Amino acid sequence: MADPRRTALYETHQALGARCIDFGGWEMPVQYSGIVDEHRAVREACGLFDISHMGELMVGGARAAEFLDHALTNTASKLGVGDAQYSLMCNDRGGVLDDLYVYRIAKEVYLLVVNASRIAEDLAELQRLVAEFESTRTVNVVDESDNLSAVAVQGPHVNRFVSQLFTVSGLIAVERPTALEKNQIDAFIFEGKDVYVSRTGYTGEDGFELIAPNEIITILWERLMELGSDHGIKPAGLGARDTLRMEMGYPLYGHELSEGVSPLEAGLGFFVDMEKSFRGRGELGFQKKEGVTRRNMAFAMTAKSPPPREGYTVWIGDEEIGVVTSGTQSPSLQAGIGMAYINQPHAKRGTDIEIEIRGRRFPAELRKKPLYQKT
Amino acid sequence: MSSIPDNLKYTASHEWIRIEGDTAVVGITDHAQAELTDIVYVELPEVGRTLAVGEGCGVVESVKTASDLYAPIAGEITEINSALEDAPEQVNESPYDEGWFFKLKLSGEPDLSGTLDAAGYASQIGES
Repeated sequence: MADPRRTALYETHQALGARCIDFGGWEMPVQYSGIVDEHRAVREACGLFDISHMGELMVGGARAAEFLDHALTNTASKLGVGDAQYSLMCNDRGGVLDDLYVYRIAKEVYLLVVNASRIAEDLAELQRLVAEFESTRTVNVVDESDNLSAVAVQGPHVNRFVSQLFTVSGLIAVERPTALEKNQIDAFIFEGKDVYVSRTGYTGEDGFELIAPNEIITILWERLMELGSDHGIKPAGLGARDTLRMEMGYPLYGHELSEGVSPLEAGLGFFVDMEKSFRGRGELGFQKKEGVTRRNMAFAMTAKSPPPREGYTVWIGDEEIGVVTSGTQSPSLQAGIGMAYINQPHAKRGTDIEIEIRGRRFPAELRKKPLYQKT
Repeated sequence: MSSIPDNLKYTASHEWIRIEGDTAVVGITDHAQAELTDIVYVELPEVGRTLAVGEGCGVVESVKTASDLYAPIAGEITEINSALEDAPEQVNESPYDEGWFFKLKLSGEPDLSGTLDAAGYASQIGES
């Protein structure tokens, strides 16, 4: 194994006393003050995450929109400049190569934010598809991941201070970040550089993701910590990021998603536009018509139990009906929760199931996503 | 720096042992609870079970991971800390007192040959 890579914020994390783990080849903070403490900060006030490990691919050119419609399941051409959407890239068998966010940052330029562990695969695949798509090569795919860092600032208090980062209006449309609607992006000047700010996140809370050149990310992080200090901001690690996304039922590549599962099986049909042609469309069309044989569902334990974990078997009576893909003890619900692939015809909300944990079975129930909702 | 009381014995797998006459009280160290963080579930052996040194005898689960618990000394389980069933966070808050795991009845003189003293454990976890 090569040594894990470090983000531009590594020293900052060290100074904050972070505990780091290897994640997709990166040495990332898993926690600072503690997963539960950071989780609560995000639900009740505000948390700041380093997400610099994620990949940034720029796709540009006169036919960029048309190309992305062909490469991805969602319809990038429908986005206005400054708008964003969740999307997936599939293989010919309809299996998920990656899940990603697509931002239209100019008429002919899209920014794709992809999973850290998938950057090389995504880049190779997109470049191969470009060659297949057209002979004149007017679509360019450029990997900016090594030059760009990113942070996510998430929680109900974020809108109180985030706009104070910038003194001038956005370059695309809005005056300040808080004027962005959900799934919108703009670029703002900070320390003389462009910072992309989008109203997106992976926590279920209001919040923003900021993408900036490596050289200014530390000062951007420090400024956010300073502005947020009166609003309960805490640095938050991948541990809290994971428990927060599980409460929302959001998938994580390598767990709910892989080349062996389709977006329809993952419950992401909303992000698959069957009205257009795209890679994997054939198999997904078949699945849509015939129905999928299994589906990813959220569940919650209904009695005291150890936390459910990835790989545990799901039962109904004597029948093995599925396998857990992610699980934890939910800090918000104070109960074991998770997601699992459930064989049909059992994948229905309200179905009573059992999770096998170290040879014993514990009762649980299939639930609607998200598992956690603000009261 | 974590707390490592001088009057206890320790194992490389982060259990502590306190000898009280013919009984050994067992728990996990302050360092272990800090590494695990946010303990949410503790599975303990049944009373009456006889354990050999190093035998797997329970599981400690944090939000993030499950860790196995090993018997640091041989004996028969006479009592478990059933308060941990409803309040596993006691292991984080008080690893050497309210957060104890179980008591073992020793058969004869305790064999502590495989254990570490406080200084040895501190060195083991890089805190000496």
